[in-house]
Amino acid sequence: MSTETSSGTGPDQTKEMTIREAIRLALREELERDDDVFVMGEDVGKFGGVYEVTGDLVEQFGETRVRDTPISEAGFMGAAVGAAATGTRPVVEIMFSDFIGVCSEQIINQMAKNRYMFGGKTEMPVTVRTTEGGGSGAASQHSGTIHTWFAHFPGVMAVAPATPASAKGLLKSAIRSDDPVIVFENKQIYEQKGEVPLDEDFTIPIGTASVEREGEDVTVVATQRMVGESLELAEELAGQTSVEVIDLRSLYPMDTDTLVESVGKTGRLVIADESPLSYGTHAEVATRVMENAFYSLDAPIQRVGVADVHIPFSPALEEEVLPSGSDVEAAINRIV
Amino acid sequence: MVVLDIETEDGQREALRRMLTIRAFDTKAADLFSDGELPGFVHLYVGEEAVGVGACSALESDDYITSTHRGHGHCIAKGLDPDLMMAELFGKANGYCNGKGGSMHIADVDAGMLGANGIVGAGPPLATGAALTSHLKGEDTVALAFFGDGAVAQGQVHEAINLAATWSLPAVFLVENNQYGEATPVEKQHNVQNLSETAEAYNIPGFTVDGMDITAVYEAVKEARKRAADGEGPTFIEAETYRYHGHFEGDQQPYRTEEDVAIWKDRDAIESFKRRLVDAGAITEAEFDEMKAEIHQQIEDAVGKAKEAAYPDPSEAYEDMFNAAVPEISDFSSGMRADGGENR
Repeated sequence: MSTETSSGTGPDQTKEMTIREAIRLALREELERDDDVFVMGEDVGKFGGVYEVTGDLVEQFGETRVRDTPISEAGFMGAAVGAAATGTRPVVEIMFSDFIGVCSEQIINQMAKNRYMFGGKTEMPVTVRTTEGGGSGAASQHSGTIHTWFAHFPGVMAVAPATPASAKGLLKSAIRSDDPVIVFENKQIYEQKGEVPLDEDFTIPIGTASVEREGEDVTVVATQRMVGESLELAEELAGQTSVEVIDLRSLYPMDTDTLVESVGKTGRLVIADESPLSYGTHAEVATRVMENAFYSLDAPIQRVGVADVHIPFSPALEEEVLPSGSDVEAAINRIV
Repeated sequence: MVVLDIETEDGQREALRRMLTIRAFDTKAADLFSDGELPGFVHLYVGEEAVGVGACSALESDDYITSTHRGHGHCIAKGLDPDLMMAELFGKANGYCNGKGGSMHIADVDAGMLGANGIVGAGPPLATGAALTSHLKGEDTVALAFFGDGAVAQGQVHEAINLAATWSLPAVFLVENNQYGEATPVEKQHNVQNLSETAEAYNIPGFTVDGMDITAVYEAVKEARKRAADGEGPTFIEAETYRYHGHFEGDQQPYRTEEDVAIWKDRDAIESFKRRLVDAGAITEAEFDEMKAEIHQQIEDAVGKAKEAAYPDPSEAYEDMFNAAVPEISDFSSGMRADGGENR
């Protein structure tokens, strides 16, 4: 399920870049490839996006296809649904996932339901990009990790990149998909670097996880920022504990087979995701493993996430509640 | 199919035919509901026919409309097939939504009907989006949003209008003021005399027209459509009308009296349009009666066909969620069956 990348020339050529640059590259390639694709959101044009993701796209594609919107999420989210139903492929940026609350009607009752309610007679090729995660002192209304809501809600696909390559590949798949996909970007890792395939047709199929590091003793299934933290930890523990790290990548649909195969080998599972724990993404991963690999488990499944509180402002408090590599280490130590 | 253009005599007769079809369809739906023959619940358009038909007669066939939970009239006005609508009301496999949507969600995107909508105020943003498509692709199509007076209190309606106005999109916002938002009179829900005053906030033209007069609605929408198509942006039209039935069938209507309803029935849109056509010589009384009888039979036939049609196979409940295949849906649905767990 993992995607091979290699440096060099030809179709397999890669380039080191940040997640931010990889997302922008994906947007640029898809805007070039398909005239029906357009981008809209708050300050995505000349300002370049609040996290500078859209950057200079407006200079290449103009204000018609890289559209600044009023601060009006319900209006432009709804417009994206109407536009998609009538033949375009909108890529909407919701500046912070916390703001999805003000436009959730258009996501849950229109975007997610129209295809089914209409008996499959319309397609809904909407991509929503939004940012998640604490760590910047932005307090509770700009730091949430809410992807479980939409991974849970029928009719929406949800992906969450952890590396520059997956950021490019997942976003391109989302834009090319005829189904609604929400891409949850953790804002703390926009600067993270990695090799990214330059092939314009490089995509990562939605619904596939990636084994980022092979190991024998314990499986860590991680998302977003926790993938990088878990890989660093695995490196530190090498020689002592052999940690397999899986980047879940796609929250819904979920690549159950890769999870089951890994736990079948290691017998131990830690799930690391920045969601609140109750009813969280962790719970779904745990259930899939319980249903399909129960007899392979040698120890209780461990969850690393946020202890059902909001993200507080003070650095002293924020650092306390956010999951980190040391929490993953503690979880591993409890079961290995 | 006869073109709906009430500037010609053929088109006037077609408009009358569609108004009568709406009334016959929804009157029949009321009977079927009270007889317990329809699943779910229905919201009927009886009394408001001039708005839907007047507006759609001013649109081109490839223009888009968005609708409301009271959407049967918009469907018929836009030219949808009553047979397939009735099949949908019965939840049959050959209905517009294969039985998955029902009365509140009839849609035919290919015919420009972007869906009846169970959420008050959710349609206008969709119309803004359809207008955005037209703008992005350089097409000539216009999108018209039908919505109720109740929806004018919804924030997303204002966001949709602001967006369309700011971007000069080819949209028309048509509020059907039927005097009640569910069970509460319009004056208890809004602080303006006319809902069309809303337009001032967005620097777009706003008009209040007599929604019981098909010509008044037609002319207002025709003008609005022209502005939209000429790149001059949206128009806000309020059509004052009245629903003869309750908010939903079974509504006991404690919020109004029979006298209130009678005042509006005296101004019945079908009756007055017919009288005008008879006076002008566009139709005779005998032709009108014949048309009415034909439509009555057409709706009876639609009911007969809908009753005989097959229900969807239960397995269809797990289809149509996504264009792509999603293993979860097939795995979970088979896993919960008595015989399905064995293979997991």
